[in-house]
Amino acid sequence: MASLFSIFIGMALINNFILSRFLGLCPFFGVSKKLGNAVSMGVAVTLVMFLASVVTWVIHDYILVPFEAEYMQIVIYILVIASLVQIVEMTIKRTNLSLYNSLGIYLPLITTNCAVLGVTLINTQETYSLVESMVSSIGGGVGFIIVLSIMSGIRERLDLADAPEAMKGLPIAFITAMLLSITFFGFGGIV
Amino acid sequence: MTRWRKDFLKGIIVSNPVFVLVLGLCPTLAISTSIDNALGMTMGVTIVLLGSNIIISAIRKIIPNSVRIPVFIVIIASFVTIVSLTFQAYFPDIYESLGIFLPLIVVNCIVLGRAEVFASKNSVFYSIADALGVAIGFMLALLIISFIRQLLGTGALTIFGNELFSLPGLVEHPLSIFIQAPGAFLVIALLMALFKHTGVIE
Repeated sequence: MASLFSIFIGMALINNFILSRFLGLCPFFGVSKKLGNAVSMGVAVTLVMFLASVVTWVIHDYILVPFEAEYMQIVIYILVIASLVQIVEMTIKRTNLSLYNSLGIYLPLITTNCAVLGVTLINTQETYSLVESMVSSIGGGVGFIIVLSIMSGIRERLDLADAPEAMKGLPIAFITAMLLSITFFGFGGIV
Repeated sequence: MTRWRKDFLKGIIVSNPVFVLVLGLCPTLAISTSIDNALGMTMGVTIVLLGSNIIISAIRKIIPNSVRIPVFIVIIASFVTIVSLTFQAYFPDIYESLGIFLPLIVVNCIVLGRAEVFASKNSVFYSIADALGVAIGFMLALLIISFIRQLLGTGALTIFGNELFSLPGLVEHPLSIFIQAPGAFLVIALLMALFKHTGVIE
């Protein structure tokens, strides 16, 4: 139990996907100024991360390892993620149209989000069990949602801030990310 | 030949993948801690970019439009597997320090972006020019960032085990924040602002 907790905290806060592992930076810098949209995006990513972790764990342990086909790992994992994104998109479209309308535009982009492929590769690298993989993917997703929400709030204020001409836009967003990243260093001592 | 040169040159500065198009940020920030890593990453991306651009432009007329993205991804993933296995066998040190960022070339927006924007619409000849130009642009950006981070973060400049020079004072007390995560954000922010201010990029 203790190890599951430390995996969760480690993925969510200490080794946060965006601020310390540099995974999933594109949605971070492109994040919407509306908090609701940022959270929707985060939830969609977390959902795909969770499903991808489970499916790739089963494929890795029951197909790739017994048949000694681990060299196929990268191709198989990206195909699993691409198909999962399609399935999730179709399912949401059929069952909940209003959710689809708010999530819709983000879903296709998740395939090329490195955080999703990243979490499956980290799970394999760390030889996590099925339960550990689930916890690590949820932890990663929660960390992703937290940072995305913080950034969406700051983005709103950044537009009003009187930054030097050359710093406007992306550079000031990077500086903000730096300060957030230093803040998250503080979580280092938790576990 | 003039068109070949134009396609080659545009990726280096005018549409530099990192500073102008802001693509492939994740590997750029994550592995720019040392020049060795930057060179290893550049080598990996160059092989994948060149290979995928050549194959995709060669078969662009027989790829059905509706499934083109999955086809691109499978082609790119195959090249990434080749690069990953080759690095593991011949450059184990670089393979270790690049970690998961080597397999993550699959989802690097630069590679997929060139496939979608250029290789799927142009002939093999020009796609090679495009791939080489973008690869050099990526290398330049990585080298600038990793030069600053390694120099300030460790106080010395070391390439493949040979120490070129060191800054007295900094070696004993390096600004280690620069090789940690916040340093990456700080360096790219200041570089981008500098390039914008001096008019190197729009």
